[in-house]
Amino acid sequence: PVMCDHSHLFSNQYVTHNPKLYKKPFVESFEETPLLVAVLTYMGYGILTIFGYLRDFLRHWNIEKCHVAREREEQKDFVPLYQDFENFYTRNLYMRIRDNWNRPICSVPGAKMDLVERVSPDYNWTFEHTGKVVKDVINMGSYNYLGFAENSGACADAAIEATQKYGAGVGSTRCEIGNLDIHEELEQLVARFLGVESSMAFGMGFATNSMNIPALTGKGCLILSDELNHASLVLGARLSGSTIRVFKHNNMQSLEKLLRDAIIHGQPRTHRPWKKILIVVEGIYSMEGSIVRLPEVIALKKRYKAYLYLDEAHSIGALGPNGRGVVDYFGLDPKDVDIMMGTFTKSFGAAGGYIGGKKELIDYLRHHSHSALYATSMSSPVAQQIITSMKIIMGEDGTTLGADRVRQLSENTTYFRRKLHDMGFIIYGNDDSPVVPMMLYMPAKIGAFGREMLKRNIGTVVVGFPATPIIESRARFCISAAHTREMLDTVSLPISPVREPLFPSLEKPALAISQTTESEKRSAGR
Amino acid sequence: VHRSECEWFLVSVWLCAPAYHLILEGILILWIIRLLFSKTYKLHETYKLTEKEKEDLIEEWQPEPLVPLASKDCLSLNYDVVTGPPSHKIIINGKECINFASFNFLGLLDNERVKEKALASLKKYGVGTCGPRGFYGTFDVHLELESRLAKFMKTEEAIIYSYGFATIASAIPAYSKRGDIIFVDEAACFSIQKGLQASRSFIKYFKHNDMEDLERLLKEQELEDQKNPRKARVTRKFIVVEGLYMNTADICPLPELVKLKYKYKVRIFLEESLSFGVLGEYGRGVTEHFGVDIDDIDLISANMENAIASIGGFCCGRSFVIDHQRLSGQGYCFSASLPPMLAAAAIEALNIMEEDPDIFAILRKKSEHIHKALQGISGLKLVGEPFAPARHLQLERSTGSRESDMQLLRSIVDQVSPDVHVQYLVQC
Repeated sequence: PVMCDHSHLFSNQYVTHNPKLYKKPFVESFEETPLLVAVLTYMGYGILTIFGYLRDFLRHWNIEKCHVAREREEQKDFVPLYQDFENFYTRNLYMRIRDNWNRPICSVPGAKMDLVERVSPDYNWTFEHTGKVVKDVINMGSYNYLGFAENSGACADAAIEATQKYGAGVGSTRCEIGNLDIHEELEQLVARFLGVESSMAFGMGFATNSMNIPALTGKGCLILSDELNHASLVLGARLSGSTIRVFKHNNMQSLEKLLRDAIIHGQPRTHRPWKKILIVVEGIYSMEGSIVRLPEVIALKKRYKAYLYLDEAHSIGALGPNGRGVVDYFGLDPKDVDIMMGTFTKSFGAAGGYIGGKKELIDYLRHHSHSALYATSMSSPVAQQIITSMKIIMGEDGTTLGADRVRQLSENTTYFRRKLHDMGFIIYGNDDSPVVPMMLYMPAKIGAFGREMLKRNIGTVVVGFPATPIIESRARFCISAAHTREMLDTVSLPISPVREPLFPSLEKPALAISQTTESEKRSAGR
Repeated sequence: VHRSECEWFLVSVWLCAPAYHLILEGILILWIIRLLFSKTYKLHETYKLTEKEKEDLIEEWQPEPLVPLASKDCLSLNYDVVTGPPSHKIIINGKECINFASFNFLGLLDNERVKEKALASLKKYGVGTCGPRGFYGTFDVHLELESRLAKFMKTEEAIIYSYGFATIASAIPAYSKRGDIIFVDEAACFSIQKGLQASRSFIKYFKHNDMEDLERLLKEQELEDQKNPRKARVTRKFIVVEGLYMNTADICPLPELVKLKYKYKVRIFLEESLSFGVLGEYGRGVTEHFGVDIDDIDLISANMENAIASIGGFCCGRSFVIDHQRLSGQGYCFSASLPPMLAAAAIEALNIMEEDPDIFAILRKKSEHIHKALQGISGLKLVGEPFAPARHLQLERSTGSRESDMQLLRSIVDQVSPDVHVQYLVQC
C-alpha cells in the first residue's frame, strides 16, 4: 500500500488561481490536520502495531487460537503465496473493525434500506447471519445521487419489459453479435445528453477506463494524471505503456509546470518531442469531495495543445443545473473536452460506463478498444434502465421529475454541508459536491463511529488506510435526491453526541470561518 | 600550569616538523579554501534555455491527432445490429438467421425460468447496486450465488466479479507481483494477457499444449534458483492455462500439469470460461473431465457469460487463496457489484444445471455431430476437440496476405448468411 503525501493540500488554498475564468465562486476547503490530533493518531497506530506483533507471536506459538486460513499440507514446501508483512495490516488492524464494511443488504439501496443482521462470535473472524433484518436504516453510503435506485416506477417497468423481450444476458461481444438495437438507442441518447457528436457504452465502468486509455495512448505519449485519480485510471495509464507524470491534486500551477517541462524538454533522455499529451482528471473526487478546476484545465489544454480525458463517474447527473455533469456546472462547452467518460452506476441506478466525444474518436474506439473486441456487451435490462432514467433527467418523458430531482439534490447538499459546518466539524471538499467527507483521523474512531451510527439506524461509510492517507481517515456521506429534510436532520443530529465522547472539542481555525461566511452569503443570495 | 605545558608541547612539535611537511599542509589548506568558495558547476548550466526559446518551443510543438485517420479497414465500419433477443433464431440487420455465433452453450439465454427469477429480483431490488461490495453493495443474492458456486464446484469459497473480462484480469495481479514468474500457454486469451501485463511479473510463454517445452522452461528456472537460493525462496511461480482454449478449441492436459506442479513447486491458475458448464459429467469443467482433485488447482476462474447466460465472472478455490482477492482484487474492490437480477438469473441457471445433468451430454453429442458434418470441406479445416462447442474453421492454405484472407472468409460468410450467422475472425 502506498502512502500519499498530502502536505501540499495544506497550501492549496494559498495557491493563486485565475478567478476570471469562473462564473461563480469556487469554494473548497481542506483544513490542516491539527498537530495534537496527528500525534495522537500516529500513537494510536503505533500501539496497534505493537499489539499486532504481540498477537502474531502468540499465534505463531499456538498460545492463541489461529483463525487465519492456512496453506494445504501438500503444498507446505511451496514458496509462500503471501509475504507475512503484506497481510500484517489485514490480520491485525483491518480485522478488528471489519464489521463496518461489506454489510449485506436485502432491499433496494434507496434512501432507506434493510440490512441483514450479522453477529460475530469470534471478534470479526467469521460472521453469522441471525436471520433477522434491520429495517429502515437511513442510507448515507450508496451512490444514489438522483434516487433512481427504485424497484417501482417508470424505470423499473421499462426494465421489466426489456427483460421479458431480450432476456438477462447477451452472450457475445459488441463487435460480434452482441450489438442489440437497444445499445444503438442508448448510445445516441447518451450523445444527445452530453452534447457531443457520438458516444459508446461499455458493460463495466472500471473496464471502460482500463481498456480504452491503452487504445488512445501508447509508447512515446505522456499522461499527466492527478494525484488522487481512481485505481481504474491508474491501471489504464499503466497498461497503455505511456510515461506517466503526476501533478498535485487540483493544483493548476503544478500541472502547468509539468506541461511546460514536457514540451520544452521532450521525452526523457532522447529529447524527442512527445507524440501526444493526455491530461487525465476526474469530475468529482470521491474521497475528497473536491471538484476539478475545469475552466483552468481547459485554458491550459488549449494553450499547450494537450488532450483532456475527463472521468465523470461521480459528477454526471449530480452536478449542474440540468444534471449534465461538471461541464454543465461550470457552463462550458462540451466540445472542449476531448474525451468525456462516465459511469452509469451512480446517478442512473444501473451499471456500466460510456465514452463520448467526436465521431472520429468513437469510430476509432469501436474497432480498437479492447473492451469492444473481447468483452461482453451490456445486459439489456440495464441498458433500458439507463435509457429511461436519462430520458427522465432530460425531461423527455414529459414530466418535471428529472429537474425536480436535480434541484432537490443540490438543495440537500447545501443544507447538509451547512449544517455540519455550523456544528463545527471538519468537512473536506467543495461546497457543491454531494460527496461529504467528515474527518475522523484516529483509527479507533473509525470503528466506533461506524458502529454507533448503525445502532441509531444510520448506515454510513468509513474509510481508512490504504484508501486515504494514514492519518486522514474519514467518514463519507453521499447525499441523495431521495433524502428528505427530516432524514438529513435525523442523520446530523446524532453526529454530535456520537462524536463528543470520541473527540476533544477542537478550535475552529480562522480559514474555516471565512469559508462559512462565503457559503452563507451564497445561499442567502439564492 | 597543565594547560600551558600542553600548549608548549604542541608548539614545539610544530616547530620540529620538517619543512616540506609544513609546506604541503599549507598548500592543501589553501586548496580546500578555494574549493569551498568556488562556484558549483551544474550540468544544466551548459544548455539553459532563454525564456524566448522556451516560448518558441511551446509554439512550435504539434501533437499527433488524438486518433489516427480511419483507414479503409477490412472490418465494416458499423456493427451488425441485432433486433430482438439473441436466442437460437436471431434477426441481424433485418434478416432472420440461425444463430451459430453467440456463446449460448446451454441455451439458457431465453429460458423462461431464468427470466422469471430475474424479473422477481428486479421487482425486489431494482436494477443497479449503487456501490462497490465494501460500501452497501453486497446483497444477500451475491452471498447466495457465491455459496452456490462454491458448493457446485466443491470448493471452499467463491468470489464474484461484475464483468467476465475483469475476472482473470484482476485475479492474476492480486497474487503475482513484480519479480514473480508466470508460465503461460501461447494461446492464452486476451483477458489473461491483460492480467499478465498488469501484474508486472516475468512472463514465459511455452508452446501451445506442449508439456516438454514447459518442462524445459521449468528446469531452466530450477537451475536459476539453485544459483540464487535466497531470491528463489521469495519468488512465486505460477502456471496459467485455460481449460478449453478460446483461440484453438483444444483442451489442456491437466493431469500432466498437476504432476509438473508438484515436481517443480509451481501453482496452477486455471481459466475455465469455455469449459465451465460444458465439460465433465455434471458440468464442473475440465477437472471433472479428467478426474483431477479440485484442491490440486489453486485457483479456477470462469466467466458467467457463456454457459450460465448471465453477466459477470467468478473465481473459486480454497479460502486461503480466494479470500485475498476481497481486499486486493482491483475489479472487486474498486468497481460496483453485479446487478442483483443478473445474480438471480445465474442462480437459477445453476439450479437448472444441477437438476438436469443430461444437457451436458446432449451438448457434447451435438458438438460432435457438427464436427463430423463440417469435416471434408475442401480448402477449410476444422480445428479443435470434437466435443468443444466453440470452434474455428480455418483456411487450409493462406492466400498470401491478410487482406485477401479476410476477403475470402467474408465472402464465405456472406454466402452462408441468408440462413446461418457465423462469425469470422482472422487468425494470425
